[in-house]
Amino acid sequence: MATLSTHPDCVPVVSWRFGKGATSIDKYLELAGYESARKCLALGPDGIINEMKTSGLRGRGGAGFPTGLKWSFVPKQAPKPKYVLVNGDESEPGTCKDRLIFEHDPHAVIEGVIIAGLAIQAKMGFIYLRGEYRYLLKIMERAVEEAYEKGFLGRNIFGSGIDFDIVTQTGAGAYEVGEESALMESLEGKRGIPRIRPPFPAVVGLYGGPTIINNAETIATVPHIFRIGAADYAKIGSERNGGTRLFCLSGCVERPGVYELPMGYNLKKMIYEVGGGIPNGKKLKAVVPGGSSTPALLPEEIDIGMDFDQVGKAGSMLGSGGVVVLDESVCMVEFALRTMKFYAHESCGWCIPCREGTDWLKKSLTRIHEGGAVDKDIDNIRYLAENMLGRTFCPLGDAAAMPTIAFVKKFRKEFEDHLEGRGCPYHHAREAEPALV
Amino acid sequence: MSTQATIFSPELAARFDKLVTLYPVKRSALVPMLLYAQDEVGYLSDAVIAEVAGRVGISELDVRNVISYYSLLRTKPAGKYHVQVCTNISCMLRGGNEILEHCKKTLGVANKGVTADGVFSLEEVECIGACSWAPAAQVNYDFHENLTPESVDKVLADYRSKAGQ
Amino acid sequence: MADVTFTVDGKKLTAPAGTLLIEACRAHGIEIPAFCYYPGLSLQAACRMCVVRLEKVPKLQTACTTPVAEGMVVTTESPEIAQARKATIELLLGNHPLDCPVCDAGGECELQDMTFKYGAAESKFVEIKQHRDEQQWSPVVFFDRPRCILCYRCVRVCGEGMDVWALGIQNRGAGSVIAPNKQDHLDCEECGMCIDICPVGALTSGTYRYKTRPWEMSHVGTVCTHCGDGCKTTLGVRRANDGMEIVRGDNRDKSGINGDFLCIKGRYAFDFAAREDRITQPLIRKEDGKLTPVSWDEAIRFAGEKLREIRESRGGSAIGVIGSNRTTNEESYLLQKFARTVLGTNNVDHHRTADYPAFAAAVKGSSEASLRDFVSAKAVLVIGGDPTEQHPGLAWQIRTGVRLHGTRLYVANHELIKLRRQATSFLQIRENDYAGLISYLGGDDRAMAGGPNGEAFREAIRKEESLLVVFGAEFRGREIAALVQFGAALPNVKFACLGDYANSRGAADMGLYPDLLPGYVPVASAGAFAEEYGASLPAAPGLDLVQMFDAAGRGELGALYVVGANPVSRYGIDPATLRKTFVIVQDMFLTETAQVASVVLPAANLYEKSGTVSNTFGDLQMVKKAADKAGVRTDFELIVRLADAMGADVKKLVPFGKGGVRADLGQARGAQSGEADRHGVWLAAHHLEPKLSPFDPFAIFDEIQRLVPAYDVPRLDLLAGNDQHLRLVQIEGASVHRDLVLPSDDTLFTSGTLGRYSRMLSSVLESRKPAETAAD
Ligand SMILES: Cc1cc2nc3c(=O)[nH]c(=O)nc-3n(C[C@H](O)[C@H](O)[C@H](O)COP(=O)(O)O)c2cc1C
Ligand code: SF4
Ligand code: FES
Repeated sequence: MATLSTHPDCVPVVSWRFGKGATSIDKYLELAGYESARKCLALGPDGIINEMKTSGLRGRGGAGFPTGLKWSFVPKQAPKPKYVLVNGDESEPGTCKDRLIFEHDPHAVIEGVIIAGLAIQAKMGFIYLRGEYRYLLKIMERAVEEAYEKGFLGRNIFGSGIDFDIVTQTGAGAYEVGEESALMESLEGKRGIPRIRPPFPAVVGLYGGPTIINNAETIATVPHIFRIGAADYAKIGSERNGGTRLFCLSGCVERPGVYELPMGYNLKKMIYEVGGGIPNGKKLKAVVPGGSSTPALLPEEIDIGMDFDQVGKAGSMLGSGGVVVLDESVCMVEFALRTMKFYAHESCGWCIPCREGTDWLKKSLTRIHEGGAVDKDIDNIRYLAENMLGRTFCPLGDAAAMPTIAFVKKFRKEFEDHLEGRGCPYHHAREAEPALV
Repeated sequence: MSTQATIFSPELAARFDKLVTLYPVKRSALVPMLLYAQDEVGYLSDAVIAEVAGRVGISELDVRNVISYYSLLRTKPAGKYHVQVCTNISCMLRGGNEILEHCKKTLGVANKGVTADGVFSLEEVECIGACSWAPAAQVNYDFHENLTPESVDKVLADYRSKAGQ
Repeated sequence: MADVTFTVDGKKLTAPAGTLLIEACRAHGIEIPAFCYYPGLSLQAACRMCVVRLEKVPKLQTACTTPVAEGMVVTTESPEIAQARKATIELLLGNHPLDCPVCDAGGECELQDMTFKYGAAESKFVEIKQHRDEQQWSPVVFFDRPRCILCYRCVRVCGEGMDVWALGIQNRGAGSVIAPNKQDHLDCEECGMCIDICPVGALTSGTYRYKTRPWEMSHVGTVCTHCGDGCKTTLGVRRANDGMEIVRGDNRDKSGINGDFLCIKGRYAFDFAAREDRITQPLIRKEDGKLTPVSWDEAIRFAGEKLREIRESRGGSAIGVIGSNRTTNEESYLLQKFARTVLGTNNVDHHRTADYPAFAAAVKGSSEASLRDFVSAKAVLVIGGDPTEQHPGLAWQIRTGVRLHGTRLYVANHELIKLRRQATSFLQIRENDYAGLISYLGGDDRAMAGGPNGEAFREAIRKEESLLVVFGAEFRGREIAALVQFGAALPNVKFACLGDYANSRGAADMGLYPDLLPGYVPVASAGAFAEEYGASLPAAPGLDLVQMFDAAGRGELGALYVVGANPVSRYGIDPATLRKTFVIVQDMFLTETAQVASVVLPAANLYEKSGTVSNTFGDLQMVKKAADKAGVRTDFELIVRLADAMGADVKKLVPFGKGGVRADLGQARGAQSGEADRHGVWLAAHHLEPKLSPFDPFAIFDEIQRLVPAYDVPRLDLLAGNDQHLRLVQIEGASVHRDLVLPSDDTLFTSGTLGRYSRMLSSVLESRKPAETAAD
C-alpha cells in the first residue's frame, strides 16, 4: 500500500529489497536473505557486537544512541532470560518509515532480531507494532510462520543447536508506549507507564531480564550491515553517523514521501531537490527536522547535514527522521497548538509536570489562538514549558516542552498578532484558497 | 480453557487459549486479547471484561485500568465502520481538518458520533503514520491516504454499499 | 549494609549504602518534600516534589528513588530547586479546587503546606477548573476527584499494604483518575487506610467529613477498644455540651505497635459513645417492675445495701460477679479484689475467648511474642484462626514482614483464609485435625494424613532457625501444652495465643476466674495476696460463669454483679433464670442483660477512662481518657462506691494514701490534661507522685505491679505511651480447669455487643449484604 519514494541521490540499503516481493521468504532468500544471520552464527556474540560498533549505526528511534554500544551493555551472565524487543510503535507525528519496512521487508526485521539475539545470547524476541498497523501484523505473522517452517526460528535454528522464538503483537493506541520502558510495561499487559531508571533495560528489562530495545529501522538495518560489510556501511554516512536513513518528508512540499538518503544529507537539498520545493511558489517558513518533538528550524538554519550531531548543533534534533515542512501560510500558533494537543492527549499522566503541564499549555495555546489572551500569557507558556523541561518522569515532557519553547522564541511576533481579540490572521488567507493536496 | 463457557466464537476462544501460552506470563496476552475481542464483539462489554480477566487471571479492575489507557480500546459500541481522520501536523498541513469537517457534514455526526443507522462512527485521531501520504484516515484498520473531499465521498460510498450486503 | 558517607547541603552524613536519599536525609532532620513517596510503599517518582541536585548530574534527580552512595554531594534547597517545586505546585493548583475552607484536610493538607512553603499561591491560569461531584464509594469512603493530586498512595496502601487491591488508576494524561473496583463503588475491607494516607482531602471518611476543623480538636493517643490486637489509635475530640465528643479516629501516631495500621473498627467504630440511646442516668427497677431513673446516691446506696444484706443473710457464695473483656486491668483487678475481699466470694468469671491460663502454664515467660515481633520476624507459623478477620493488626504486621523483611509465612488452617496469599507454604487440614497436626509436626506420622504437602510443610518449619507460632481458639488446655512442647523442640520459638477483645488478656491476667487470682495464682495458695488482702480470702474455687446461671436457675444465686458484659445474649440465657436474683449491671446501653437488671449503672467506655490494657500478645499499654460523657461513671469509680456503700474500708480496697503510693497527676485526664501529662510522666519516673484519690487507677496499678511480677514494667515508658511487653511467669498446676472458652467469631465488621451499637459497622454490614448474596 504505502510505497517508497526515490530520487537519484537515494542510496537503497534498508530499502534495497522494497518492491521486490521480498515479503515471501523464497524471494527474500534469493536476495541474500538470512545470509547475514548465518555469518553472525559464525562470528559469535563479541564478533557481532564489534561489527555493529564499526558500522557506526546509531539508533533510528530518535535518541541516536550507538547500537553496538547499547548491545554491549547486556551482561554476559544473567540470572533471568534475555530478550530482544523491536520497537515498531512508530507514533511520532511526521514519522511513517518503519511502516514501509514491515510492509516490504518483514524478514529483514526477523533476521535483525535473530542477529541481535545471537549478540546477547537471548532465546526470545518480540516485535511490537503500533495498534493502527494491524495490516502489518498480518504480514509479520506470516513472515514469522515462514521463518519457523524453514527452521530459521524455533528449535535449533539453522541447525546451530541454538533455539530462538519470536512473538509479534500490536499495541492499542498510545504514543507513550513507544518509550522503551513503557513499551515493556505494555508488552507485559499493563498500562504504558514508564519505569524508574536505573536499572536500564539492558540490565533489568522485560520480565526482569536483560533486554535490548531497538527501533524497527535500526533492527532492519542490521542484516544489511553484515550484507555489505560494516566498514562500507559506515562509509556511506557522515562523521560518527554511519549509513543511511529513511527520511519522511511531509507537509508543504511538492513531492512528500519516504526517501532513503545517506546520513548527513543536506536538509535544504532534501526539501528543494528531493522534495521538489514548496508548492504554489510559496515561501518556506519553518522546518521541523525530526518529528513533532524536535524544535523547528528557520529557513536560514536549514543549510545543514541531516545527522544527529549537525542538527544538534543547529539547536534541534534529528529525532525520528520525520521532516515536516511549513510554508508561509501556516499559522505557527495553530501549529504549536496542534502539536501540544497531541502531547496532552498522549501524556500517560503519571507525573505532575507532564500531566498538568501539557494540559495547561494546550488550554493556554487555544486561548491565544482564539484571541482571548494577553501578552503575559505568552510569557506564561514559555515559563510553563521551561519548567517542564528536564523535570518530568520520562522524556515525553521534554518532547512537548522543547518545540513549544522554540515556537515562542522564534515566532513571538506571530503569537502577539493573535492577542487581545485579534484572533488568527491566517484563517482568512486559508479560506481564500483550497487546501493543498 | 477452551472447555470453559465462553462468550466468544470457537475460533477466537481457541486463539485466546493459544495466545496466553505464547508469553512468559499470561498477562502479556491482555492487550492483543482485548483488541481481538473488540473486533468480534464490537466493543469491550462487561461480559468481555469478565471473561478476559478470568483468562489472564487478573481482576476486572485491572483490566479496566488497562482498557482506559489505550485509545483504540472502547467500552461503548462504535459504528460498523469506524472512520478515524488524522488531523495531526502533517495531515493538518495538507487539509486534514477540512477532511474531518467534510466527514462530519456527509455523515451528519460530530466527532466521536455514531450515525443513526449505526453504519459509521467518526473520530478525530492523532498521527496514524501516514504523514508522507497526508491527509489520511483509517476506516477500522484500513488506511486511506492522499485524501480529497471527493475521494472521501468515494471511500464512504464504498463502505456504505458494503454495509448494505 | 556498610555505611557510606555523603554530603547534603554541606553537612557530612552517613547512612547504610542503598538507603534512599530522602530517608537518609529525614533521618538526619533534613526534610525533603514529597507527595508520592511513602515509607514502605513502592516507589513512584511521580510527583517530582523531591527533586534535588546531585553534583555532576545534569538534571535534577528525585531523592525518593536515589540511593545514597559514597562521596555523593547533594543540594536539597536552592533557588533552582525551590523554583522547580513551586512550578510543580502551581501546576497542581491549576486544576485543584481552592475549597480549603470547607475541605476536611484544610489545616492538615500536605498540598496546603507546600503551597505555603514555596509561595505558589497566585494562579497563572485563567481557565476555569473542571468541577466534578463528590462520589460515595462506600459507607466509609468518599472521593472528591478534583482534589486528588494523583500521588497513588491510596492505590498502593490498598494493594501492597492491605492486599485488597480495590483501587486502580484509569484513563491517562490529565484525565487520569483513581477508580474503585466496582466501577461506582468499593468492595473492600473498609479499613480507611487510603483516607488517612491521602495527603489532601480527596478521600474523606463517612464519619468525619464536614464535621469539624482539625484545629478544633485535641488529639489523644489511646488504645482501640475492639479486638485483641490493641492497636494504638489517636482520637480527635471536641467539646460538646455533654462533655468531650469523639469526632475522629486515625493513626497519625505511627509509634504504636500497629505501625501505620488501623482497621475499620479502630478508625471509625467509636461512634457508639455518642449514641442518643446511651444510658446517662442510674436506673432502679421499682415496684411497677419498670426501670426508673434515680439519683446516683439513691442507686449506689440501694445496690450497696442490697448486696450487704444478701452477703450477711446468705453468705458471699450466694453472690456472683461477671467481669468484662473491655475494662482496664485496674478495673478487672479491682473487681476481683472487691468480690473476694468485700463480697467474700470466688464466684468470679468473665466471657473467656482464649485459654490464657493453659497458655500461661505452658509457656516460659520469655517466649511469648509481642505484636511488634511480627514486622521483622524471620518466620511465622499461623495455626487456626483467621487473622485478617479477627486480628487485622496482626495480619497487617505479618504482611508487612513478608513484604518488606522477607518473612517466611507458614499457614495451616481448615479454611482457605486470606493470609495464605502471603504464605510461603499453606497446608489445608481437616477441621478436627488441629491436635493431630501438632503431633504430626512433632514427627508422629500417624497423627494426621499430611501427604507430600504436609511433609514439605513440616520439613520447611524444622529448618527455620527462629519462629513465631500463632494459634487461634482451636487450641485449648492440653492442645496448647502440646503445641508449646512441640515448639520447645525448635530453636528460638515464641508463641502468641489469640483472644478476642481489647482486654480479654487483662481480664485473665487480673484473675477474673473462680479458681485463679491475678497472675494465675490458684485461690488455694493465695500467698502474697492473702497478706495484702487480709486473711479472710475464700480458699475454695467459686462458681464459673455457667455454674452461676445454673445456681441462679435453682434460686441459689442471691445477687449477680455484671460489669461491662452481656452474658444473657452471649450465652443465650433465658431471662427467667434470673427472676430470683438481684442483678446489678454496669453498662453503656440497655443490653439484653441490663434489661433484666434490678439496678443499672451507666458506665464509661474505654475511651472515657484511663488505666492500662494488655493485648492478646501480652503488650501492656496505657489508655488515656479522651472523651467524656456527662452522667456516666467509670467502672473503677462505681466498684469503689459500691464497696463504700456496703460499708467496706475503701482504703483497703484502693490503697491510696499508703506508703509509697503514686497517684494520678493528670496523665489520667487525657484531653483535658495538657502540661500535667508531662509533669506526671516526669514525677512518675522519679517516684515523686503525691498521694491522691480513691478513684485513682494508678494506686491499684501500684498494687498490681507489686503482686503480679509480670506487670512490673518500667513506669516511665508506660506513662509516656509506649507499649511494654509483659513476661508471663509460669504458674504450676493452673492449667486444669473446665474449658469454657467461647470464641466470639467476630469479623472485620463486628465486635460483640459493642459492635451492634456502632452505626458505621452496621451500615457497612448493610451495604455488603447484596454483594455477598450475589458474589459466588
Ligand atoms: C515519548 C517517547 C516516544 C517514543 N516513541 C518511539 C517510537 O515510536 N519508536 C521508536 O523506535 N522509539 C521511540 N522512542 C524512543 C525509545 O524510547 C527508544 O529510545 C528507542 O526505541 C531505542 O531504539 P534505537 O536505539 O534503535 O533508536 C520514544 C521515546 C519517547 C520518550
Ligand atoms: S486520593 Fe489521595 S492518596 Fe489517592 S492518589 Fe489521590 S491524593 Fe493520593
Ligand atoms: S516523592 Fe519523589 S517524585 Fe514524588
